[in-house]
Amino acid sequence: MSTPSQPVIKCESVYKIFGEHADKVLKKSDGKVDTASLLEAGCIIGVNNASFDVNKGEMLVIMGLSGSGKSTLLRCISRLIETTAGNIFIDGEDLLGMNEKQLIDIRRNKMGMVFQSFALLPHKTVLENIALPLQVKGISTKDSMARAMDMVNLVELTGYENTFPRQLSGGQQQRVGIARSLAVEPEIWFLDEPFSALDPLIRKEMQDEFMRLQNVLHKTILFVTHDFDEAIRLADRIAIMKDGVIEQIDTPANIILNPATEYIAKFTRGVRRERVLSCQSIMEKHDASIDLSDITVAKDAVIDTIAEHVLSEQKPVAVVDEQGEIVGVLNKASIIQIMFGKTHQHLANNIPANNTAENQA
Amino acid sequence: MQYFTNHKWVQFIALVAIFFVLVMAIDPTSGSNLWRLQENIFWHLPNILNDGLKYLINDFWVVNVYDIELDLTEKSTIIKEFTHSISGAVLFCINLIRELLLGGVKTVVTFTSWDFVSDNEWARIPALPWTAVASGAFLLGHYLGGRKLSMLAGTSIIYIAVFGQWTPAMQTLSFVLVAVPLSVFIGLVMGIFAYKSKVFESILTPLLNVAQSMPHFSYLIPVVVFFGIGDHAGAISTVIFATPPMIRLTILGLKKVSPEVLEAGLMSGCNPRQLMFKVLIPTARHDILIGVNQVIMQCLAMAVIASFIGAKGLGYNLLVSLNMLNIGAALELGVSIVLIAIVLDKLSLAWANKQTNYFANLPFHLHYKYSLAFIGILIATSVLAYSASVFFPDKPNYLYIISKAQGLTTQSFWDTIVDWIITNTYQSVQSFNFFMTASILMPIKAAYLSMPVAATLFLVAGIGYLVGGLRSAIVVTMFIGFIALTPWWDRALITAYMVTFSVVTSVIIGCSVGVLCSRNPRATKVILLVCDTFQTFPSFVYLIPVIMLFGVSDLSVLIAVIVYATIPATRYTVEGLRNVPQPLQEAASMSGLNQIQRLLHVELPLAFPHIMLGINQTVIFSLFMVIIGAFIGTDDLGQLIMQSLSKANGMGQGILLGLCVAFIGLAVDHLIHTWSNQRKKALGIA
Repeated sequence: MSTPSQPVIKCESVYKIFGEHADKVLKKSDGKVDTASLLEAGCIIGVNNASFDVNKGEMLVIMGLSGSGKSTLLRCISRLIETTAGNIFIDGEDLLGMNEKQLIDIRRNKMGMVFQSFALLPHKTVLENIALPLQVKGISTKDSMARAMDMVNLVELTGYENTFPRQLSGGQQQRVGIARSLAVEPEIWFLDEPFSALDPLIRKEMQDEFMRLQNVLHKTILFVTHDFDEAIRLADRIAIMKDGVIEQIDTPANIILNPATEYIAKFTRGVRRERVLSCQSIMEKHDASIDLSDITVAKDAVIDTIAEHVLSEQKPVAVVDEQGEIVGVLNKASIIQIMFGKTHQHLANNIPANNTAENQA
Repeated sequence: MQYFTNHKWVQFIALVAIFFVLVMAIDPTSGSNLWRLQENIFWHLPNILNDGLKYLINDFWVVNVYDIELDLTEKSTIIKEFTHSISGAVLFCINLIRELLLGGVKTVVTFTSWDFVSDNEWARIPALPWTAVASGAFLLGHYLGGRKLSMLAGTSIIYIAVFGQWTPAMQTLSFVLVAVPLSVFIGLVMGIFAYKSKVFESILTPLLNVAQSMPHFSYLIPVVVFFGIGDHAGAISTVIFATPPMIRLTILGLKKVSPEVLEAGLMSGCNPRQLMFKVLIPTARHDILIGVNQVIMQCLAMAVIASFIGAKGLGYNLLVSLNMLNIGAALELGVSIVLIAIVLDKLSLAWANKQTNYFANLPFHLHYKYSLAFIGILIATSVLAYSASVFFPDKPNYLYIISKAQGLTTQSFWDTIVDWIITNTYQSVQSFNFFMTASILMPIKAAYLSMPVAATLFLVAGIGYLVGGLRSAIVVTMFIGFIALTPWWDRALITAYMVTFSVVTSVIIGCSVGVLCSRNPRATKVILLVCDTFQTFPSFVYLIPVIMLFGVSDLSVLIAVIVYATIPATRYTVEGLRNVPQPLQEAASMSGLNQIQRLLHVELPLAFPHIMLGINQTVIFSLFMVIIGAFIGTDDLGQLIMQSLSKANGMGQGILLGLCVAFIGLAVDHLIHTWSNQRKKALGIA
């Protein structure tokens, strides 16, 4: 992945503090904010010094438990709430400096958002709900309805366009929410726990549907969830938040392999690593002198799917990229380590340093 | 001591005990301030108010006004001109609608002159034949809500026409068709402003509280002073009366919109105006519609009362027939009012729920089929009516209008029934009446009248303190203290006695019925439907059957009040019990509680805060109805309000009396709400 010249979303030390006199409290603390001292001042911390970039076409998942500030951060970036301090740039433009008109303009053209409780308008049909962002933009009824109909087809709700939200199941309602957020073809797509209110089976189905859409659309995505499994399933990168602080921001593989704090390790411990990690993340450097087995595995293949083959081979197996070039080798020991090993620390030592760098790119 | 401070009921008993000691101790004959407050500055308040308003109307900000018709410049005041122009506008709207329905020349006169109209025979709006209006109602009902609504609307109009009530009914309709949209519009606008501005809301809330507990009659008096009498005055007082619930429900609805829906609107790129009109108001539609519904109900209730100040229509006729004890006629008129109420209610609901089809690419004649059909019907019925009058010039034209004399009537039937009831039950009703009056009502009344001011204030303050601490004590004492300062303490006690008696009875009946009905899902449905239907009846209508059965007495007022006030008690009981969370009921059953234990230990305690809100409504309803009961003849505050309506200088007195009634209601309302909120919080169901 080549780094574009300019990130789509850029956050620089974003703070959000709830309560009166939040500005003063922040100034006094001189950038070093902790929850306890804030509580004394009658304030609650929402986001504490968040800095990160999101590149074009990238999906950043913000993960955290309730009260961790993940939704607050999302609302700062969509400017649904005003940020206390810091800078946010959308395509290089200063979001926080925009006036009302510019803000409406950027929302009408660049942003789309999906909500946890769907937030559909109860009095409008599916079609009218999807057409809302188009109609407020001033597009004629005929054109906006035609476009909305395309969106209905895109999210596979054909035949339901004239029903009301209350007549639909949760999954179907969220499809409407997704269609509405995509109606204006936004560049940036915000999703606030979009699947949390759904049953596990439906949630899985919606995640697949979401991946299918993203493979077609390649939006820049900010996705908020409290579900760690969902995060590693979907994310290009994950930002894990606790008490308003981003504890770690990295690729799913690196977070699983190298949890930065004990708090994050608590999440990663329960994860079946072989089902999440790809060969690429545990392969070792290819040394021409080593004798390789006849079979090869793709670098994106999930370990679980190839483990049996690799383990039944005598020799190490070559890992290849899309062009068939050998990019590394897979030892049986590392697979066994991933599947049955206990500590992260021990494993982390075995990972070559350059691998981490490559994944971060 | 510990026991005393920890147990509210012990404190309460102590309070009541002290109250009785005070009652005994204060000597009624002493004429001291403890017994009744002596004449004080407050007694002049009505006059001060009168003088102030007179100054405002007659001498404040004098301007010169040029009168075109008389061709001279006159002195007038800004207030007079202002109210004058409002009256003119409202009257014009009423007349326009009225003349579209009934024919007339006033609208044409507005644009030309009386001379022009008398010179030109053709210059008048012809009346619509009733057949056209009825078919229009069928069509409108069908367009908005399908066959059922069409039948309801159409047959109601036919009923009104066939029973010879066309003219008064259309007069009432024109009055309502102006008052309702005006109230809804004003209510919506004020509600939106209150939602947007915290300051405005905090100013508006206490005003709404007072306005919603002022009795109907008190609205009439200032309106008469500012706007004179006539249809416009009736409409204006109706608008003032009907707007507060609309404002309140608008605010409530807007506040209830979930934050995510608001955010969805923002993220869709709505500007503030689009957010309000495309997202917030439609999402809050449910509550706003209840508001519209309430407005319609209030307007029809007011239609009767507004006839005291010159509004023509069904209400006026009803009043006249009741005055003449013409029960049969009153009943028919009452049915007409109720029908108009129900039809308007259903039509407005259906209109709000109507949905549009975007992909229907219909040809012109199908797209406008309802409008075209109406034009067709209009032409057909007009031709029919016209030809009828050509062919039978001397006979009454039934296809055009059925006058009172030609209409069907069931009057004599009802009158016979009433006569029969009176002759056959006179003895028993009379003895019941006598028994109730002599051995129950009179003693209660006497007991109430023996309450000294000081003791009552102490009791009220104590209850306030027990319920809501110092703040409540002060609030409630101020409300009741105001009444004590006025010369009407005894009258207020009589009102209090009537309200207490009817509330207690209503609550006993309502709660028992509610509890019984909530045992069975079908009974629940039926009783809610009954409550819904009864609620559409304008309050005045309740007086008809009561007078019919019990004649004119204190007892019949109380019975009307009880019937009217039982509705909220029943409804809230059923709702409260029905909304007890299912898991709790299941938990109770699994703990081995039988039906009755479950009711007593789980359902009633949990539903109690909600039931208390019902009792609150019962109090307010009774208060209103007791005041309306003045029409039959009572000797409480309401009677004085009625009197000040006809007095030349009655305005100040009328307003203050209205405030007295409002303050009784507000004091009770404050206590119950405070208690209920605390209780809900304690139960975790707030």
